[in-house]
Amino acid sequence: MATLPDTSSSPKERSLVDVTNLALGAVSVVVVIGVWWLAAASGAIALPGPLEVLIKAGETIASGQLFVDVGASMGRVLSGFFLGALLAIPVGFLMGWYKVARGLIEPWVQFFRVIPPLAIIPLAIVTLGIDEKPKVFVIFLAAFLSSVVATYQGVVSVDRTLINAARVLGARDWIIFSRVVVPASTPFILVGFRIGLGSAWATVVAAELIAAQSGLGFRMQQGQLYYDLSTIFVCLISIGVLGLLMDRAVVWTERHLTRWQERVER
Amino acid sequence: MIGAPPAKIWFDRTSCVFGSGDAAVAALKDFSLEIGDGEFVTVVGPSGCGKSTALNIAAGLLKASAGNCFLDGRAIAGPGPDRGVIFQQYALFPWLTVRKNVEFGLRVSGVQRAERRKRAEHYIGLVGLGDFADALPKTLSGGMKQRCAIARAYAVNPEVLLMDEPFGALDALTRVRMQDQLLVTWLKDRRTVMFITHDVDEAVYLANRVVVMSARPGRLQEIVEVGLPYPRTEDIRLSPEFAAIRNEVWHAVYSRSGQIDT
Repeated sequence: MATLPDTSSSPKERSLVDVTNLALGAVSVVVVIGVWWLAAASGAIALPGPLEVLIKAGETIASGQLFVDVGASMGRVLSGFFLGALLAIPVGFLMGWYKVARGLIEPWVQFFRVIPPLAIIPLAIVTLGIDEKPKVFVIFLAAFLSSVVATYQGVVSVDRTLINAARVLGARDWIIFSRVVVPASTPFILVGFRIGLGSAWATVVAAELIAAQSGLGFRMQQGQLYYDLSTIFVCLISIGVLGLLMDRAVVWTERHLTRWQERVER
Repeated sequence: MIGAPPAKIWFDRTSCVFGSGDAAVAALKDFSLEIGDGEFVTVVGPSGCGKSTALNIAAGLLKASAGNCFLDGRAIAGPGPDRGVIFQQYALFPWLTVRKNVEFGLRVSGVQRAERRKRAEHYIGLVGLGDFADALPKTLSGGMKQRCAIARAYAVNPEVLLMDEPFGALDALTRVRMQDQLLVTWLKDRRTVMFITHDVDEAVYLANRVVVMSARPGRLQEIVEVGLPYPRTEDIRLSPEFAAIRNEVWHAVYSRSGQIDT
C-alpha cells in the first residue's frame, strides 16, 4: 500500500543513527557556546558571556523569580490555549459537517487569521482592562484560530470510503460522526493543537512585552530598561526550552493517540 | 414483478448521470438486470463502463437518475445491513483492531457485548485471522486486510454481498486463494453475490453468470451463462470448457471497445 512500515532500517541500524545524531547535536551545542564565549570574551560585541548568563540563571532560580515569571507566562498560555482548543473542536466539527455553518463561520475565521493576534492587544486592553483578561483573550484567539482550521480540514478530508463503509454496516449520522469522523480527524486536530500551542507561546511573550506586570516577556522588558542583558538571555533561553518541551509533549500525545496511523519513519 | 422465481436484485432500466449540462456524463444507461436469490453474478467491462456505479446504486450509496433498483421487490432507498459491501480499498477503520472492525456493524445494530464477541470471533476464524484479532490494520498485508473486510461484512449476516473489485489490489497468488475461499463460503451459505471485476478469468471462475458491460455510456452488453459445476477447482480453470467460456466473455468485452481504454 501507500506507506510501508519501517522495513528499511533494522532496530540496530536505527539506534546507531540515534547515537550519531546525539553526538552531532552535542558537538553543535559545544561549538556554538564556544563561539559565543569567544565573541563575548574578546569584547568584539557587547554581550554577556555564557558564564555570566549561567550565574544570572542561578540567581533567578535561587530567588525564585524565574519560577514566578515562568509560572505567569505558562498560566496565561495554558488557560488561553485550553479555552481556544475547547471551543475550536465543536466549531471545527460544525464547519466540517454542515455546509451552512461553514458558510457562516469561515469568512470570519479567514479574516481574523490574517490579523496578527498582537494587533488585537490595544483593543483588548481598552475593552477588557489591564489585568489577565486581555492577554488570555489574545492567546485564546491565537490558539482557537489555528486549531479550528485544522479541525475543519480534518473533518473535510475524512476518507469517503470509510463513511460509506460505516453506512453500509447500518450506521446513522450520529454514529458516523462519533465513531468515524472524530477518530479519523484526530491526527489533523492534534497537528492543529501543535501549531496552536506554538503560536500561543509566541503570542504570550510578545503580549507581555507590551503590557504586563509579570512573566518572561515583562522580565525582558525590565532587562532592556536597566541594560541587564544577562536577564534577557536567561529569559530567552527559558522561552526556547519551554517552547520545545511543550511541542514535544504534544508530539508525544499525538504519537500515542494515533498509533494506528500508517506513517513513514523519519 | 415479472416471472418467477422473483429476483433478489432487480435493476429496472437504471440510469445514472453525473454532473449536469454540457459536463454531464452518463455513467449508466438503461441498465436492466435480474439477479436471482443465491446467485453468483460477476460483472466485467472496461473502465468507465459503469459497473461500480451499478453496484453503488444497489448498495444505496448512489441514487439512480432514472429507472429504479429493487431489493426483494422493494425500491432501494439507502444503504442497509441487509447488503454487505466489500470495497477494493478495504475501507477498514485504521484505528480499530481486526476484532473491533468486525464488531463494528454488530455494535451499530445494538448487539450485546458477549454476543458481539462470539460472532466476531466466529467470522475472524472463518477468514483465518484468528491470530491477528487484536492487530491493527496497518500491520496486515493486503490479502489479510481484505479478509478482515469480508469478515466485517459477513458479521452482520447480510442477504446480499456486493463486491467492488475486492481482489483487484492483490497479487495473483493471493487473489486465487481469496477466490477459492470465497467460493467455499458461498457454497455453504448461498448468499446472493454481485461481484465487480476487470479480470475475465476471475469473472468466469466465480460466477453462475457473467454480465459484460460496455463503456460510454455504461450499458449492458451481453450476459454469458457459465454453467460449469461447483465446487470449482484448478482443474476446471485449466479445462477447455473454461477456456471456451473465457474466450466468449473476452470477445464480448473487447468486441466493442476496439481502442484501448485508459
